Amino acid sequence: MTLASSADDAPIKPPSTGKRRRPRWSRSERRNLLLGLAFISPWLIGFLGFKFYPMLASLYYSLTDFKILDAPRWVGLDNYTQMFRDPLFWKSLTNTLYITLFGVPLSVIVALGIALLLNTKGLRGIGIFRTIFFLPVIFPVVAAAIVWLWLLNPPYGLLNQLLGLVGVRGPGWFYDANWAKNGIILMTIWGAGDVVIIYLGALQGVSRSLYEAAELDGAGRLRQFWHVTVPMISPAILFNLITQGIGAFQSFTQAYVVSAGISNSGSAAAIGGTQNSLLFYGLNLYNNAFRYFHMGYASALAWVLFLITLAATFGLFRLSRGRVYYEGEE
Amino acid sequence: MTATSIQSQPAAPGALATVQRARPLALTLSTVGLIVLSVVYLTPFVWMISTSLKTAVQAISAPPTLVPSPWVWANYPDAFVRMNYPRALFNTMMYAVPSVIGTLLSCSLVAYGFAIIKWPGRNIVFVLVLATMMLPDQVTLIPLYVIFAKLGWTNSYLPLILPCFFSSYVGSWSGAFFIFLLRQFYLGIPKDLIDAARMDGSSELRILFQIVMPLSMPALITVCLLTFIDKWNDFSNPLIYIQDQTLFPLARAAQVFQASHKLDWAQSMSAAVLISLPLVILFFFAQRKFIEGITLTGQKG
Repeated sequence: MTLASSADDAPIKPPSTGKRRRPRWSRSERRNLLLGLAFISPWLIGFLGFKFYPMLASLYYSLTDFKILDAPRWVGLDNYTQMFRDPLFWKSLTNTLYITLFGVPLSVIVALGIALLLNTKGLRGIGIFRTIFFLPVIFPVVAAAIVWLWLLNPPYGLLNQLLGLVGVRGPGWFYDANWAKNGIILMTIWGAGDVVIIYLGALQGVSRSLYEAAELDGAGRLRQFWHVTVPMISPAILFNLITQGIGAFQSFTQAYVVSAGISNSGSAAAIGGTQNSLLFYGLNLYNNAFRYFHMGYASALAWVLFLITLAATFGLFRLSRGRVYYEGEE
Repeated sequence: MTATSIQSQPAAPGALATVQRARPLALTLSTVGLIVLSVVYLTPFVWMISTSLKTAVQAISAPPTLVPSPWVWANYPDAFVRMNYPRALFNTMMYAVPSVIGTLLSCSLVAYGFAIIKWPGRNIVFVLVLATMMLPDQVTLIPLYVIFAKLGWTNSYLPLILPCFFSSYVGSWSGAFFIFLLRQFYLGIPKDLIDAARMDGSSELRILFQIVMPLSMPALITVCLLTFIDKWNDFSNPLIYIQDQTLFPLARAAQVFQASHKLDWAQSMSAAVLISLPLVILFFFAQRKFIEGITLTGQKG
């Protein structure tokens, strides 16, 4: 970029950039441009129709009062200011932050632990173990939510029954506003087999010789872990934190199935679990858009979600600068 | 930089022997730990199957028993009929199969356009493709719903299938990710092969279908599997677009079944087994491909 602009300012053009000023492309270059555009045209059309236009439209809707049947009515920033006064917005935000701040680090750490065990030298049956930890990933989320609803049923579920056998009175899980989110976190940890696989791939990529060098320098197992393993797999850790974080922030299906599964009212009621303890951001957005048909307000919620994910992702990248090691980097 | 210089240094032979010996204690501890964790991770599955074969009364009896008595196999046909399984399976397939075909076709074409054809500006446009991965589906959800509702396309899977044909996947993955994955694979195909075909006068489409795609089977199978499994499991998108019970996909049918049979855990578990069994079987056959795909997702980070 800088090279090109300095070439523009230079009084004498280097000979190689002679035909660069006006894009006088050769026949084959023009042919390739048309061919290339033709091949990517599905994406171009999809981008314009299914991404770019809807993005602008939702930004516009977010500044309107829009109930889908009537035309949108301009209200300026009302939807955004309304958010600050909406207790359900704050409830959904704190619920979501709870599973993001507690659930994501937990599942990322548990997954790393499992991957470290799987990476043990000379381990047998790694294929079987890997299959077992991965199975929950392909298991339909709805089926998983139904099964966990049953496992964590307060009087009859397996977990509380087992706790009862050792004399512990188990919590009410999804029926208890203070415990409901922990149930979701348990489910998330169980379903994080893809994180295990990504860690395992990263761990297998760490060169043996690094450990040998560390061992020759007298580093114990723990120091090897902190000073060799963690830096070498830090890109995978960052990747998992970001994808799991985005996943937690957009989580919807588990909370929907669980809320509908414990509610006594008909399915027409807005859902959010006991005392809205499972009202996550996505669920609140869904309720506003498709139960109350507050399309304008829901669009504003979507944009705030977008900005939060962008800020969090860039924040994590910022924080990780200098802490994440990319091989091949100077 | 330091890493590579260390790697290239051969270690002293004696040191190598001591370091590379497996540690018996660590190995035993790891194996025991993994077995315990495996039991924990398998418990939900085991308990699901066990409950699905009990009577509704035995399911909630205390203390819990693992082995059903009597074995109530009838739970399966009962749940099968009550959730209208054949119809829901048909609906799921009518959603998943066209989605897979659309994603595969459109993303293959686009990836070819980025990897094989050298046109000015392709790298800048490719960055734009990758940037779309940052856009949450929620942002585009409402305007798309408004358009499709106006077209009268609610209560059909068209609003969810059509975007797949334009590499605009809606769901856990993104069209951009599939384009990225296929492009990486296409870039590894020897240039000589493609140049030779061009010399023979093959059209670019012909090169894509007869040379590039057959050589990229692993990547294409990964895309197929990821798409199919995600669509099979998709709950939220059909929830928004499909109101007619007879059009519900398996995931939604099972959820409605559970919500209307809250006290019959045995049959709810049968429903859970029924909607996941075909996928679990598919997974056992195609496990390696699937795990390779997941490992690839990690590498893009």
